[in-house]
Amino acid sequence: MPVDGGRARGYAPRILVLPAVVGLAFLLVPLAALVARVQVDTLWTDITSEAAVSALGLSLATGVTATAVCVAVGVPMAILIARSAPRTAALLRALVTVPLVLPPMVGGVALLFLFGRNGWLGDLLGAIGVRLPFTTAAVVLAQTFVALPFLVLSVEGALRSTGTGFEEAAASLGAGRWTVLRRITLPLAAPGLIAGTVLCFARAIGEFGATALFAGNAPGVTQTMPLAIYTAFNGAGVDQGTAIALSLLLLITAIAVLLLVRAWRPGSVR
Amino acid sequence: MSRRTPSRLLAALAGALAALVALSGCAAGSAAPAPAPALSASGEALTGRLTVYAAASLKTGFDEIAKAFVQDNPGVDIEPISYDGSSTLATQIIGGASVDVFASADEANMAKVTGAGLAQDPQPFATNTLVIAVPKANPAGITTLADLAKPGVKVVLCANGVPCGTAAQKLLSNAGLAVTPASSEQNVTAVLTKVAAGEADAGLVYATDVIGRKDVSSIVPDGAAGVVNTYPIVALNGAPDAAVAKAFVAYVVGENGQAILSELGFGKP
Repeated sequence: MPVDGGRARGYAPRILVLPAVVGLAFLLVPLAALVARVQVDTLWTDITSEAAVSALGLSLATGVTATAVCVAVGVPMAILIARSAPRTAALLRALVTVPLVLPPMVGGVALLFLFGRNGWLGDLLGAIGVRLPFTTAAVVLAQTFVALPFLVLSVEGALRSTGTGFEEAAASLGAGRWTVLRRITLPLAAPGLIAGTVLCFARAIGEFGATALFAGNAPGVTQTMPLAIYTAFNGAGVDQGTAIALSLLLLITAIAVLLLVRAWRPGSVR
Repeated sequence: MSRRTPSRLLAALAGALAALVALSGCAAGSAAPAPAPALSASGEALTGRLTVYAAASLKTGFDEIAKAFVQDNPGVDIEPISYDGSSTLATQIIGGASVDVFASADEANMAKVTGAGLAQDPQPFATNTLVIAVPKANPAGITTLADLAKPGVKVVLCANGVPCGTAAQKLLSNAGLAVTPASSEQNVTAVLTKVAAGEADAGLVYATDVIGRKDVSSIVPDGAAGVVNTYPIVALNGAPDAAVAKAFVAYVVGENGQAILSELGFGKP
């Protein structure tokens, strides 16, 4: 095996470097162009303007809430799928993946048809005085809808790879179901759980399509960072300097989040 | 203008975290009765929170009107106004957005909201006409409406159904022109942004949009006076504080509102 600097290089044709570099440049150069547009002298005032702080605060608060909802319902779902018979698991996994492959706008329309004024549940909820669409709660629901699959698939993968051997051993030694879950299952799945949670959060704060349709674009109520950026580039709301500053902030958040995922358990980079 | 207080936001979020039923508490909370009104100089007491949805072309005017209205009625809080294409706003209102006042850039989109039984008797309060907006340097050398139909000229318009788009199509078809836009935008500010950025050679926007803009030039096309948009405003039935919503509508239609709007170039209905 050819070894170079202690690392195996394999036998891939060297010419592959060319398209790979083009691809990498395609991904990174646009982001560099964005960063280059940031007006450094006004950066601080831009990200601390009232409109920006309001959008940022809303994004973080709804993102954290949506992530919490995802963990609360996603982990049980993942456990269920991981411990189902192979065929059932395959079916469930496919169903959970659907929102992930749909354009998020379709999710927004679907949520509107369920919770909207004329939706299946809209009438029922309206009767008890609850109106969800175009509220802050709608932002959380939209984010949950698009982010949940990321969490479920990560956790399910982690649970599947650890298997049930340790659980069986613990159970045979007299541990109850909750003890097994708390002491064996969850600790073993922790890397997947953390990776999934972080991805889920990143996806939630980046959410645009479903939020735009189901939650709208009201400053301070439903205008999250992606919507504030979109509105700014359409010539209204926060100005473009602020939009660029917010974009930079989202970019930094995304990179931080991804580094966090990667840093957790270096041996298992996926 | 006030932002949501953290506690209100937290309440809404906590509601989302809990089951759907728990949300009723948060929804009811946001409609909580206003504190006891203080008497103003006129003896008229107005308190409450107002949510306004207004056509994108009204941004400057309504921001100013809202400021003046709150100055006259210190007990009233106006949420940051949502500006977008009237068709988008109408869809959101019909879809269940909790809005007190809706100002549309045309009667067709207002009719969608009144037709859904959500409001009655909208009042016309302003008019507007279209102009051709071109980047300051006018790279495509646009001088007439007919130039927009020339091959190679990149034109952006509002989408059909958006008031400025409906008006643009009418203006073009009145002149017997067919223009395929390079992009159909959801509101008039988006059209103006594309022109100002030089991404488009020309766009059709409202006369009021280009007043005071240094980065675009405007041309009044032949036939512009024949396509006039009338802006209606209405207080919605569901407004939690009906008196405040009605007072705001009256303010826009009344002397003060009209003075602000005419200064910005809007016509009288």
